[in-house]
Amino acid sequence: MEDGIVLTMRGISKSFPGVRALNEVDFTLRKGEIHALMGENGAGKSTLIKVLTGVYPMDEGEIYLDGHDGAVSIHSPQDAQSIGISTVYQEITLCPNLTVAENMFIGRTSDKLVHWKEYERRAAEILDNLGIPARPNQELSRCSLAVQQMVAIARAVDMKCKVLILDEPTSSLDDKEVAMLFGLMRDLKSRGVGIIFVTHFLEQVYEVSDRITVLRNGQLVGEFKVEDLPQVQLVAEMMGKSLDDLAELEQIGQKTGSSGECVYEAEQLSSSECRPFDFQIHRGEVNGFTGLLGSGRSESVRAIFGADHVTGGKVQVDGKDVHISKPHDAMINGIGYLPEDRKRDGIIADLSVRDNIILALQVIQGMNHPISKAKAEAFADEYIEALQIKTASKETPIKSLSGGNQQKVILARWLLTHPQYLILDEPTRGIDVGTKLEIQKLVLKLADEGMSITFISSEIEEMLRTCSRLIVMRDRKIVGELTGENLTEAQVMKTIAGGTQQ
Amino acid sequence: MNSNEKVRTPRLREPLTDTQTLLFISIGIFLVMYIGAILLLGGGFTKPQMFFDLLNDNAALIIIACALTVVMIGAGINISVGGVIGLTVMACAIFLNKTQVESTGLAICMTLLLALGIGLAFGIWQGLLVAYLDIQPFIVTLAGMFLARGLTTILSVNPVKATHEGFLAFAKLKVKISWLGYVAQNGNLIPAKIEIGAIVAVATVIVMFLILRYTRFGRSIYAIGGNRQSALMLGINVRRSVFWSYVISGLLSGLAGFVFLMHKPAGNANVAMRGEMDAIAASIIGGTLLTGGVGNVIGSFFGAMILATIQKIIALSPLNASWWQDMASGAMLAFFIVLQSVVLMRKNAAFKKKVQQTEDGPKNNNTEVKEGTS
Repeated sequence: MEDGIVLTMRGISKSFPGVRALNEVDFTLRKGEIHALMGENGAGKSTLIKVLTGVYPMDEGEIYLDGHDGAVSIHSPQDAQSIGISTVYQEITLCPNLTVAENMFIGRTSDKLVHWKEYERRAAEILDNLGIPARPNQELSRCSLAVQQMVAIARAVDMKCKVLILDEPTSSLDDKEVAMLFGLMRDLKSRGVGIIFVTHFLEQVYEVSDRITVLRNGQLVGEFKVEDLPQVQLVAEMMGKSLDDLAELEQIGQKTGSSGECVYEAEQLSSSECRPFDFQIHRGEVNGFTGLLGSGRSESVRAIFGADHVTGGKVQVDGKDVHISKPHDAMINGIGYLPEDRKRDGIIADLSVRDNIILALQVIQGMNHPISKAKAEAFADEYIEALQIKTASKETPIKSLSGGNQQKVILARWLLTHPQYLILDEPTRGIDVGTKLEIQKLVLKLADEGMSITFISSEIEEMLRTCSRLIVMRDRKIVGELTGENLTEAQVMKTIAGGTQQ
Repeated sequence: MNSNEKVRTPRLREPLTDTQTLLFISIGIFLVMYIGAILLLGGGFTKPQMFFDLLNDNAALIIIACALTVVMIGAGINISVGGVIGLTVMACAIFLNKTQVESTGLAICMTLLLALGIGLAFGIWQGLLVAYLDIQPFIVTLAGMFLARGLTTILSVNPVKATHEGFLAFAKLKVKISWLGYVAQNGNLIPAKIEIGAIVAVATVIVMFLILRYTRFGRSIYAIGGNRQSALMLGINVRRSVFWSYVISGLLSGLAGFVFLMHKPAGNANVAMRGEMDAIAASIIGGTLLTGGVGNVIGSFFGAMILATIQKIIALSPLNASWWQDMASGAMLAFFIVLQSVVLMRKNAAFKKKVQQTEDGPKNNNTEVKEGTS
């Protein structure tokens, strides 16, 4: 193996039923480098990590590790650990009720007895050595998240790891904690540990990484030195668009401009999941939130609907101050929300199509005023017809419908309440092209009739077709707002990338 | 060495862990109750024998409280312990009456092995189902409870009195401590008496404490109760540890049955009826959380003693009636749970405050972390 290289993965392929998650991917990690693994959701990052750590067996390919002759075979996370590949996951995988020292040593020895003194002495040495602000006999739950993360790293490092995988380590840390973590990462790097850093945060990548490997749709896009890859180009690589192509892309479709008064306005709205932001939408306007996955677009609309714990901010609907802290508040103020996760937050799988349709209206009316059966039947018929929902009957349980038709049922549920402001979070995900177009057309038609709509989609083309205003988010902040002729794919990407260019 | 000093200095001011906090609460409450009883009720409570009587009468309860604690720390439950005691007592009583073994010592040993064997069988069976087939422990042990009660009745519908003379003589053996005794009205010194069962119970508590504190198995159980997924990622053999926790729990239930038989040598379909509920109450009062990861058998010992003391106090007070005992136990349990959650909440709130003071700035909370299987 070439000098200075600690890990080489060659031609890694992995398929799941119906999906080729990784296709002949190569990856190389050098000694003492921080190597960012980037890609959008579904690009194959986590599959690659899981292959490397033995969670998934690979279909094809070879893994070489410094100090081992020939390819190594890894069948379980324990195997990976024993040859020096350690992973620290984004959710802390330590036990909160044990002490820091115990968390560092439990499960590592085959001793039948626990040597507390020994553990505490060694833990103190390691913590001291790495400058981690924790005491060995402190209960782990008494440490901040960042320190817990660092304890996990200390455990990995003490197990003599050569390759340290940090899988989204920063997503639940605040800025100061991130800085602490980066300090530790640089320290480990100087000790010769190779670090694979998986994250959604572009700025953090540029702050600590030496190299970037980009994956897209299970394919290797390339390996770049950080200084050779400007941020905007990284975004383009991740999305699979070259900048020159983008400049030539034209917008399709007509837009509905904003007209008239403000339907919904939020000032410094914040929730447990998102930072404070300002937002307003006018009657008959279609706007969109865009940004990479993890940028906070879904969290923002969930805050608007009161789906997460709202922690602050002023909200006006139709110019009147209102208080929205739970979905019911939003619903009686004429706001509808089609959630991103249809299976979890949308459908009630065992209820019939009819019952799923009338659900929101029933909630708004209150349980003391049940919708009569005849009325429910009429509503169901009306929307099955209007949205062309393909179902055996209105009594069919919704779970036996296709994804697209389930989505239409949820859409019908909200349309039935005649909201003045409808939020659609990824309404077209996982549904076929025909239905996608229908939904897009419907969005434009509804806006024409005066409904205000927020439309979120991972596909930028789709958003450009439907939205007249795009709010761009990065790292959970609104970083730009695009309207009119700025609504081009190139401009969206530049805004997402931000910083380095312009 | 320099780092050695660094370890020792903070050791003194380390805040209590949840397990320790809850343990101290229950020890404190026990002392307050007991001293209160001495001052207010006087009488029997002034004599050390009262304390030993509480131990003698509740030895089996203390042992099954340990049996519950070990599974509850691992976030499980075992409600078959009362049933196993009932079955063990009945089986042992019948065995003693029918045995042809001449030697008394051998007969007693065989009875003990029978008791432990029954407990072990239940423990292994339930451990396999819970650990390796991932069946809810509540359901598994509920089935175990019904099974044990049913088997007890099959063995004998009528109460069976153990009449084996050797065994009865053995069961009556008591450790006598004269300096803790008292002088009766007729001038005779009556020494304090401790039954063998009580000694076994205290030994069980000590052994279980050491196992949970100093063995790999014990720490694994705490880790599993704290966060099962993490425990797995940390390289702990979760299934095996959970399995052993049920085996130990079953074994202790069998032991408790034997101790029970020594205290009251008669089998009966209703023996230790509700025993599992008392044991759960004792564990919880002793600071074991039903959610797992927090608890201590020493706490459970004091939990059982608190329950026993309440019942004794009520028995000696004008309110002597079983429903008053039940209500007092219930009230105590409710009081404890509220007290525990208040204490833990305040402790955690104080901690959060401290953290926030050191790390202000916008909290970058957990967002979209769903990585598809890609």
